[in-house]
Amino acid sequence: MNYSKKRFGLILSYFIIFIIGIFMVYPIIWMFFATFKSNNEIFGSLKLLPNHFSLDSYIKGWKSVGDTTYTNYFINTFLLVVPTTLFTICSSSFVAYGFARFKFPGKKIMFSILIATLMLPNAVVIIPRYVLFNQFHWIDSYLPFYVPALLSCYPFFVFMMVQFIRGLPTELDESAYIDGCGSFRIFCSILMPLMKPALFSAGLFQFMWTYNDYFNPLIFINSVTKYPISLALRMTMDGESVVQWNVIMAMAFLAVIPLMVLFFSAQKYFVDGIATTGLKD
Amino acid sequence: MNIKKIFSKKKRYEGYIYILPWLIGFLLLQLYPFISSIYYSFTDYHIASAPHWVGLQNYIKLFTTDTEFLNSLKVTFLFALYTVPGKLILSLAVAVFLNRSIKGINYIRTVFYLPSLFGGSVAIALLWKLMFMDTGVINQILKIFSLPSVQWLGDPKVSLFTISLLEIWQFGSSMVMFLAALKQVPSSVMEAAYIDGAGKIRAFFSVTVPYITSIIFFNLIMQTINALQNFTSAFVITKGGPLKSTYLLGLKLYNEGFAYYKMGYASAISWVIFAIIMVITLIFFKTSSSWVFYEDEK
Repeated sequence: MNYSKKRFGLILSYFIIFIIGIFMVYPIIWMFFATFKSNNEIFGSLKLLPNHFSLDSYIKGWKSVGDTTYTNYFINTFLLVVPTTLFTICSSSFVAYGFARFKFPGKKIMFSILIATLMLPNAVVIIPRYVLFNQFHWIDSYLPFYVPALLSCYPFFVFMMVQFIRGLPTELDESAYIDGCGSFRIFCSILMPLMKPALFSAGLFQFMWTYNDYFNPLIFINSVTKYPISLALRMTMDGESVVQWNVIMAMAFLAVIPLMVLFFSAQKYFVDGIATTGLKD
Repeated sequence: MNIKKIFSKKKRYEGYIYILPWLIGFLLLQLYPFISSIYYSFTDYHIASAPHWVGLQNYIKLFTTDTEFLNSLKVTFLFALYTVPGKLILSLAVAVFLNRSIKGINYIRTVFYLPSLFGGSVAIALLWKLMFMDTGVINQILKIFSLPSVQWLGDPKVSLFTISLLEIWQFGSSMVMFLAALKQVPSSVMEAAYIDGAGKIRAFFSVTVPYITSIIFFNLIMQTINALQNFTSAFVITKGGPLKSTYLLGLKLYNEGFAYYKMGYASAISWVIFAIIMVITLIFFKTSSSWVFYEDEK
């Protein structure tokens, strides 16, 4: 009696999880199949699977409007996201090394400031930053993305790496020092290899955030030839009088593929990153 | 002399070199913008003309004559009220269930995390827009169950809920955090509670929850801050409509600052957002001593 009751409870819980799981993935699966449907079929038919698989929407969508195609948009996106991510990892680990391994006057105060900036909302700094970048003539270039990354303006990652370096034994540094290593050599050849998990997690999250970001490209990038995918998608929708949703879904689906590939190949680092440091969307 | 001493003594000032990038970044791209946005908020600064001091005029206008702003305030609070508790409760509940030895836990976790991966992107916002259209797939599904169709994006009473749903859909990342925190709850304490006669529900609220309050607290603050600044989903899906029912503060800030280039006025809005975040965070922190427990406390 007790046994079957327990079993019933377990089955019920699995059922609930299953239902929630469907809500999680159904939109994505639906999106995938919608890319092969015609516009009429998207609105007219309830079937998940398309009547016949047609790649028309991909071909049509890829050409986009005017001379720039999605080849350009994808190249632009990677030109924007990849350097920004690499710069963030390099500068954050460099700065974190300074905070974690050296004693110098004012360190405590500066570290507290770093922690305080974790709470600084983007909304407060974005307008003067725009004015500043405008004076530097950086608008419509990727410098508004590269420079904050180089100057480690992402306190989340610095903080996370400080915590990570603190967990590494200082004996490593000391023995390298005795062997004649300078502090930069210690950083590069001793600590960096050990920091791989932290560097990887930070890189993944920065990649994801920059890739998904819409607000910053919207204000800083003006010309279509420099558009990343996020702006291009929006333009594709606004560009036509009758919205061709199959075309838009095809391009939107292509846009999420790089993230999915990254996630499935580096799942462990994603999960560890969230679990250990409290990083989140 | 001790090697440790030589080591720590000699390296002292080199530290400045390493933190230099951050220091420049902080002064130039965080502190300077922070201070100048206070200044701008007291001026009539427009991108094309130099700022003139106008005192409190921007703030007075915001809170007296700018009904659009007051509406945005209301909409944003509602949005936070829907999404923050919704996300927290759902992620905690699912995490508690998944916190046991289940076959295929990794797959389940993956599936639940997936929406957090790209939920904030334009691509998914467009998908949401299509699915929740009047003739979209959601209404088609409702039809099978012979339920009346809903104007998910067209009805001002429902539209904000539809946008919030997209946010709640991304509860996976907080769930992963909770799952990790739940693993830290020592099983001996749980067993002791059961031996003392606590039921499952009682054990959850009296033992499990106190152990993870610091994570709940952290989530609460970060999610509130994010909710108050949300932009992409509402901007792409509804453009703030219908009848400004999804016109979040982020959209108002964007329009004043980057569509009309009224930098002074937009700065005043950003300071209102900042003030709200500060007040809410302060309330959370003040009350936290009564409900957040840290393990090293006695």
